[in-house]
Amino acid sequence: MESLNFVYDLLGKNIVAYILLALLPMAFLLPYALVAILGELKISAWIQERLGPMRTGWKGVLQPIAEVVKLLQKEDITPAAVNKPLFNLAPFVMFAGAYAAYAVIPFSSKFVPVNINIGLFYVFAISAFGVIAIVMGGWASNNKYSLLGAMRAAAQMISYEIPIAVAILAIATLAGSLDMQEIIYKQGGGFWNWNIFGGPGAITKIWVIPFTVTLFLIYFIGSLAETNRVPFDIPEGESEIVAGYHTEYSGMKFAMFFFAEYSNMFIVSAIITILFLGGWQSPFGNFLNGPVWQAFWFVSKAMLFVFLQIWLRWTLPRLRVDQLMYVTWKVMLPIAFVAFFAVALWAMIQ
Amino acid sequence: MSETKTFEIDFGKVYSERMRLNVGPQHPSTHGVLRLEVELEGEVVTEIVPHIGYLHRCFEKHAENVTYPQVIPYIDRMDYISSMNNEFPYVLGMEKLLGIEVPEKVQYIRVICAELNRIANHQIAIATFGLDSGAFTPFLYYFRDREMIITLFEKLSGGRLLYNYFWIGGLMHDVHPTFAEDCLEIVKQVRKTNDEALDLLMYNKIFVERTANIGILPADVAINYGCSGPVLRGSGVPYDLRKVEPYSIYDKFDFDVVVGKGEMGTLGDCWDRNIVRVREIYESCKIIEQAIEQMPKEPCDVRQAVPKRIKPPVGEFYCRAENPKGELGFYIISDGSPKPTRVRARATSFVNLSVLPEISKGYMIADLIMILGSLDIVLGEIDR
Amino acid sequence: MNPKDIFELLKKEIGDQALELVEKEYHDPFIVVRANSIVETCLVLRDDPNTLFDYLVNLSGVDDKDKFVVVYHLYSLKHRHRIVLKVYLDRENPHIPTVERVWRSANWHEREAYDMFGIVFDGHSDLRRILCPYDWEGHPLRKDYKTPDYYKGIKVPL
Repeated sequence: MESLNFVYDLLGKNIVAYILLALLPMAFLLPYALVAILGELKISAWIQERLGPMRTGWKGVLQPIAEVVKLLQKEDITPAAVNKPLFNLAPFVMFAGAYAAYAVIPFSSKFVPVNINIGLFYVFAISAFGVIAIVMGGWASNNKYSLLGAMRAAAQMISYEIPIAVAILAIATLAGSLDMQEIIYKQGGGFWNWNIFGGPGAITKIWVIPFTVTLFLIYFIGSLAETNRVPFDIPEGESEIVAGYHTEYSGMKFAMFFFAEYSNMFIVSAIITILFLGGWQSPFGNFLNGPVWQAFWFVSKAMLFVFLQIWLRWTLPRLRVDQLMYVTWKVMLPIAFVAFFAVALWAMIQ
Repeated sequence: MSETKTFEIDFGKVYSERMRLNVGPQHPSTHGVLRLEVELEGEVVTEIVPHIGYLHRCFEKHAENVTYPQVIPYIDRMDYISSMNNEFPYVLGMEKLLGIEVPEKVQYIRVICAELNRIANHQIAIATFGLDSGAFTPFLYYFRDREMIITLFEKLSGGRLLYNYFWIGGLMHDVHPTFAEDCLEIVKQVRKTNDEALDLLMYNKIFVERTANIGILPADVAINYGCSGPVLRGSGVPYDLRKVEPYSIYDKFDFDVVVGKGEMGTLGDCWDRNIVRVREIYESCKIIEQAIEQMPKEPCDVRQAVPKRIKPPVGEFYCRAENPKGELGFYIISDGSPKPTRVRARATSFVNLSVLPEISKGYMIADLIMILGSLDIVLGEIDR
Repeated sequence: MNPKDIFELLKKEIGDQALELVEKEYHDPFIVVRANSIVETCLVLRDDPNTLFDYLVNLSGVDDKDKFVVVYHLYSLKHRHRIVLKVYLDRENPHIPTVERVWRSANWHEREAYDMFGIVFDGHSDLRRILCPYDWEGHPLRKDYKTPDYYKGIKVPL
């Protein structure tokens, strides 16, 4: 296999290359967050027949920058009764977890910061970091609402990891690898070969498509819960428990939570793209499949899911915490297992 | 106050303690400055004590120190979402006491204003109820329409929220020339949005899950607690003062009393209370259309029956009308002087809220917020 | 049933505890009842199949210069008739049994009457102030109430 990383091609394997590699996802993440915030504002406005922000720049496109500046210059309040070390640490843990996942996200065939052969496993493990941060922040805030939010978050995210894990496992079985680049390579040659359509194979694969689509939906629903987005924004639930775990946070620390949430939105969208929609593969086989085009396809597919998440947020009400648990344990998990067995069977026959 | 329970389990002693949580007075979904002292076992509400009075403005004391017409602006400020409806029972009662006959056109304008305000109130009630469940978008749809109604009221009275439009014996001003067309346009838009909200919110699967079978209020309990309005009708009791004892000219219109039927769950749950409001908007639209058709077209001096000096005879009476939230009544005692001796407001939300501890025990904290939202309270009226 | 029949019924059931029926011009017809028999009266009115007053519309305290009055507005959802009960209380030591057990809606109304007039409802489950702060002194709707100059060191604006 040729080199997987254009940075190493350019600079060789040295300290400069490592630092550059560590910073490159940030160079993507910052503009992405601004776009996503603007998207959230403008899409919600569009759904609700409003204009949204219109004063900052042309049609209000500079609004996210204004919001970031506002958050940066806000007073950083640490309430007197909090557990200071944990309270201050939590947003950084949250963000570190969200950012660390970018280490293995392949943006194109020529760029993945660290190409490890258990990439999926790594992402899955690192996403559990967020739970620790939320519980930390919620408990350290010394606020009953925050505590309730933290408890809900822990219960929710741990439960939802199980159907997600089953979905990931099914795809790993199908592709025969936990290496993301490997999974993506296998899905090359047009959208018909994507895992959502059963992966590459003869026409007989048609019977497995319902199961892979089911897994796709399970992963998508689970990822909404992972990122605490509506209809699973129960840990925040601003109408019930005010803002849950980040009730007491303000200024920069709140911004970190906020940033991490948007970052997580992209991560889960990226994973779903890699697992089911062929990652950076062009939908048209080798047509428009150069390394830069690949990055384009990858980001567009992921952004489609970011858009979907925003769309859902402004459309649906929120579930209750026990209903959420019901959905995971009694609906999604059995279905995920059935789909997993079907996919495993298919992989075995192949 | 918290009670400690000890469980003997194999791996030692485990303590569980109930948590006392203050919901409010600065909580986003208490619809004002209501404070609920809640005891939680995990997330399940085991005890709930409402504390009110944060918005107490001494309405009854004020009313004893001003003349009869001056009471009306204070009444506006009780249920500030539906000021027109608030003025209605007071004005009607005073006219009965003074023996004033108001012109026919005034009656029609009053009914139209009251029904428009009922629509505005129900829109807020449904919208904020949706907001409590996390659905933000219907909220803005409804507020967009409510804006049209408020703009119309601004044209009539100059105020957008507190109108002082109904006077004892008449109205502040006659309506503007395009009043009828404006109303019909509003009615058209309101119907459209309501259809949309039914699809987007009321029949949404998640919303139904959140509201059906939650906060069940049986009819006998509702009556015993003195509930009225959509809260009582949601439990299946067809008690609407506009039909039961038609005041003003409500007997001239054809409309139905909407009651809950327990379509999605048990009779008297949160969903029933809310669907009553949604359907009542259609009924109000019907009344407005009929009233505009029947209303005398020629201009009329709406102040012709307004008395110059109000000095009612010695007497006392209780007058009531159907507010959007329920029965609003005033118990007025007159000693023959220009100032009332006692004005006691039977505030709808005050009575409706008192049922909350009864119906919210054993549900989760998220349900408590939904139940509170379904009661549609306004703290300005509770605290007066 | 008209007020006269209701009064007759009360006379039959509770004897001379029902003092009089007043029907005056400009007044809603009302029945004056003794304080001690108010619960009994209310139970009769609520449960008798001819009256069935199942709905306590309003309960108000009134300061009538030399007496306190507690006024009950009753309504029957079935028969759609109404009646007013009045109980005159001593100004010095206003005590009256609670009707909370008869109609639960009386709970908060009675608390308000206690808050505003200092009328004590004997047997009430939770007789606290409801609208005023819990540590407020005096009962604001009494005619002889003097507004305090200061509340917790804050000057009361007039």
